[in-house]
Amino acid sequence: MLAYAFLAPSLLLFGVFMFYPLLRSVYLSLYSTDPAGRVASFVGAENFTALFSSGLFLDGIRVTVLFALLTVPAGMLLALVLAALTHNLLRGKRLFQFAFSLPMVLSVGSAAVIWKFLFHPSLGMLNYGLELAGFAPVPWLTSPKWALFSISLMTVWMNLGFNYIVISSGMQGIPDDMYESAKIGGAGPVAMFRQITIPLLSPTLFFVLVVSIISAFQSFGQINILTQGGPMDSTNVFVYSIYREAFVNFRFGTGSAQALLLFVVIMLLTLIQFKWIERKVHYQ
Amino acid sequence: MKKHIAGQAAVYLILILAAVFALYPVVYSFFLSVMTPEEASAFPPSIVPHSFNPANFIDVFGIVPIAAFIGNTFLVSGIVMIGQLITASLAAYAFAKMDFKGKGFIFSLFVASMMVPWEVTMIPNYLTVRSLNWLDTYQGLTVPFLATAFGTFLLRQFFLQLPKELFEAARMDGCGHIRYFLLHVLPLSRPAIGTLAVYSFLNTYNSYLWPLLITNSEMMRTVQIGISMLEFQESTSWNLVFAGISLVILPSLLLLVFGLKQLVRGMAAGALKG
Repeated sequence: MLAYAFLAPSLLLFGVFMFYPLLRSVYLSLYSTDPAGRVASFVGAENFTALFSSGLFLDGIRVTVLFALLTVPAGMLLALVLAALTHNLLRGKRLFQFAFSLPMVLSVGSAAVIWKFLFHPSLGMLNYGLELAGFAPVPWLTSPKWALFSISLMTVWMNLGFNYIVISSGMQGIPDDMYESAKIGGAGPVAMFRQITIPLLSPTLFFVLVVSIISAFQSFGQINILTQGGPMDSTNVFVYSIYREAFVNFRFGTGSAQALLLFVVIMLLTLIQFKWIERKVHYQ
Repeated sequence: MKKHIAGQAAVYLILILAAVFALYPVVYSFFLSVMTPEEASAFPPSIVPHSFNPANFIDVFGIVPIAAFIGNTFLVSGIVMIGQLITASLAAYAFAKMDFKGKGFIFSLFVASMMVPWEVTMIPNYLTVRSLNWLDTYQGLTVPFLATAFGTFLLRQFFLQLPKELFEAARMDGCGHIRYFLLHVLPLSRPAIGTLAVYSFLNTYNSYLWPLLITNSEMMRTVQIGISMLEFQESTSWNLVFAGISLVILPSLLLLVFGLKQLVRGMAAGALKG
């Protein structure tokens, strides 16, 4: 009996704010709603077919996948290199750790506003830097060709802190005697990195990969502040388009249908990652 | 030996360059926050400030209620943190130390709920909160987040590691579950509870989409939304915008300065065991 009392607060909250809304999403996705969010009429699968025929779903997926490709590998590689370089430092290790972890404590709200100024067409430091180096200014956020890249640049910076901290602490977990014996065997730093660090770090890297991909699929704040999905929908990632359907256009039905599709996509991604990649991951 | 020194120098050079890029956006915010309006919007931009105008930090309070933003955010993050610690530690104790009917099933419900992206429940939750008349209230900002499956797991793992003998000894002394939980398990689990506290506080402090959806009045906005409002209102006074940003990021920066070590350990624990 007591056990249920211990579980009751969590279960009650999950019930109201997780399980019920999940079912309600399914329900809403089959109906059309009036702008106040009241259910107007049953439309069956129409919300879903509309998403596919209008291209809203495919475009959203395309932009989001592109965004993930621009941010995840670059973000992981950068953090891995920096973590490896700081791992054995004798001097200044704490300082570098501080610098590379710093972006983590900035929230997306403040980080995006800072970068909005860096990207500013005339006042921004980025274009000024390019000009000093003799390059033409770049229309960071205003051109459909550049906007997603610019947001990715900012996102890689923002994710650096988390990736760096997790990968660094993963490296700390590798026992020193592994390196000692490899050194005695005559292995150089690059060989040691490839043959010891990477395999033993693979569970950590796998974790970072899963988290990064999921978080790329859930990005919203930087898009809302920097480009609001534009120009010409070039940064209209999935969650932003759910937000726009439901809370700007007040179409809660199609919004819910889209949210469910996001659920399915994230589920599939997670399953695929566990199935295919975990086989290659080395667990001690 | 010479080659070794050259290698070290190259490593430091790369690291210093990378650190400059990592730090630059934040340092630059602090620079801008003390510039005069003319300097902040001059071309070419100043790389380091040539003016020193600390009055910006006072002026920014005049444009938007930034004190209210900060107060709201701390209050909301504090409530969510305490709520999560209570609900998660209770549930974790039940899963780790108690036997009851349906344990496997309820546990799998918790597992399943970790896989649901928050955005899927966002629309119905918004409608629920609105029908409860909780828009623009602290209840609306906090109640949906008072329980956490991730936190429950983190604590459960930790509780499972506590030695069985301890429980048996406590039992012999006539200690029931409630007393054992309050007097033994909780004090022994301070590291895990601390990790969850920091994690949930930071998460709520940094959340953006939910407060954006359910708050309308200026006085209920949280810092993250307030910061972007600042930019829309006074797009010409970038020095004031950045004075606001500097005020907002200062608490988390201090947290990083003093708690980097704990954070690293906590992240590792959360990341690899959760």
